[in-house]
Amino acid sequence: MATEPARPSLAVWKFASCDGCQLTLLDCGDALLTLAARLHIAAFPEASSMIEPGPYDVSLVEGSITTEEDAARIRDIRARSTLLVAIGACATAGGIQALRDLADVDEFRAQVYPHPEYVRSLATATPISAHVPVDLELHGCPIDRGQLVEVLGALLAGRKPDLPVHSVCAQCKARGTPCLPVVAGVPCLGPVTRAGCGALCPAYGRGCFGCFGPVERPNTRALVALLRHQGMSPADIGRVFRTYTATTAQFRAAAEEGARS
Amino acid sequence: MFQLPDLDGLFAALHADGYRIVGPTVSAGAIVLAELDRPAHLPYGVRVETAPGHYRLRPGPARQAFTHTAGPQAWKEFLQPSPERLWRGTRDDEGFRVDAAEEPPRPTALLGVRPCDLRALGILDGVLGDGERYARRRAASLVIAVDCTEPGEACFCVSAGGGPAARSGFDIGLVERPDGGYLARAATDRGTDLLARLAAPEASDVEVTTARKAVDEAAARMGRRLPEVDLRDLLTRHRTDDTYWSAIAERCLACANCTMVCPTCFCARVTDVTDLTGEHAERWQRADSCFDPDFSYVHGGPVRSSTGARYRQWISHKFATWHDQFGGSGCVGCGRCVVWCPVGIDITAELHALAQRDRS
Repeated sequence: MATEPARPSLAVWKFASCDGCQLTLLDCGDALLTLAARLHIAAFPEASSMIEPGPYDVSLVEGSITTEEDAARIRDIRARSTLLVAIGACATAGGIQALRDLADVDEFRAQVYPHPEYVRSLATATPISAHVPVDLELHGCPIDRGQLVEVLGALLAGRKPDLPVHSVCAQCKARGTPCLPVVAGVPCLGPVTRAGCGALCPAYGRGCFGCFGPVERPNTRALVALLRHQGMSPADIGRVFRTYTATTAQFRAAAEEGARS
Repeated sequence: MFQLPDLDGLFAALHADGYRIVGPTVSAGAIVLAELDRPAHLPYGVRVETAPGHYRLRPGPARQAFTHTAGPQAWKEFLQPSPERLWRGTRDDEGFRVDAAEEPPRPTALLGVRPCDLRALGILDGVLGDGERYARRRAASLVIAVDCTEPGEACFCVSAGGGPAARSGFDIGLVERPDGGYLARAATDRGTDLLARLAAPEASDVEVTTARKAVDEAAARMGRRLPEVDLRDLLTRHRTDDTYWSAIAERCLACANCTMVCPTCFCARVTDVTDLTGEHAERWQRADSCFDPDFSYVHGGPVRSSTGARYRQWISHKFATWHDQFGGSGCVGCGRCVVWCPVGIDITAELHALAQRDRS
């Protein structure tokens, strides 16, 4: 090419999370070398202590907002980022820690810490989109490496990323995995869960446990009826929807419906 | 009709001619279609128990390999594989070069095609036959049909206009006998040539009559049937019957299992991808489904936004508009969509319910 355009700058940020989604970026193998050549990595505290002040063309944001300080920090990052991509179940749906939304935070803070008065946190763990506008969400716990590379490649090429909106079922078929509920009566959240993982768990004989969160309009009522038919207790049906994306409207309603006997 | 003591000779002849043999075999709790090295890989001693939303392997007759129905795959996976790369392109100093080179299809023997699936192949030929890739794969295929002697609980080929005996569209037709032997007939020159090389003895009249009787009797043992009404007319008149379609949508997961396992559903989408360097692009074709939220997406949103609208589209295409588009029904009565629906929605029961609603 005649003129090499300036390399877009990338920043990676962490909020309340386990770091697994950021590690997915470091785990990209050869693709990471290509990315490092085509992007200018301006901030990535997990990988380097050198943090440039921005502004950034793209910010990848991991984790949910659980403190007042983080609520202010995400607004600052948003202001310095042209595109903001929330990555992972924490950043897109609150994550495991959002289970606190359904419980009394003060009570378990008092039980866990000898000096609960030192712990300052919000009563909720909320997704990034609850605080600032988000340009794109990558789901999963953790995110899928292939989807991350697809998104960064699409941003570099100036095209729309190819991210499926269908359920995990399509990926089981693509992979040739016979439907677990049908062949073995195994409870599976695949029919109401967003695709993206490549239907990993069912390929190993385990029902999908929904870590990519709900598809846009899941029929959780029909799935709850099936889980009951398969012999799952109301308490267990309530629990199975209360994991990584428990506070999404769809799974919250499913858990409440399922827990009713 | 010729007598074959087993399938060893046929496998050897096909391999000698360079065919890969694709047929049924047990994997992951189901009878799937895969490349077979030898007859022992066929599902001998296994039968299947089927019901809406239910499929289990059970012990079956040890000497028979074809006492099963409604597996999770259809032969379309070998004729219109998904995903498939259509071309790749490279950008360099001289511009953009497209490489659409295609591996020549491997000669493939499709072994154990049931009569319902034979009809499905015929339907796919009508729909996809003009496609160069499909046509080349089809021309490289040898079809070995096996008549049905043990239809399943979800089978309804007879009321879908077919039956348990293969009529046309195959090279070699087999009937499996309880003793593990086969009666073989050829329907094409390729089939005739293959059977001649096996030097198989002619079957006696009694053997032929006995085998025919077993197949004919299977016709009366279909687990299901379609309502005896004009389905095309019924579905056309009820296309705006929203109460009915909404009621189905309450049960339907919109998971697309039914379309994925259907032997005649052929829809595909095409997606362009680029790599991180920006120097390479590829165009891929993937199986698609009318239950996918993106399937009917046009500017501003999907044309069919509700699950009820999607179910109506699917069943109406199969039994009504398929006639307008392709000159016949799109359903062969294999029963796969009944079995592989996780919540057990039974297409025959839905049509009976609609016919009942129509009468009242």
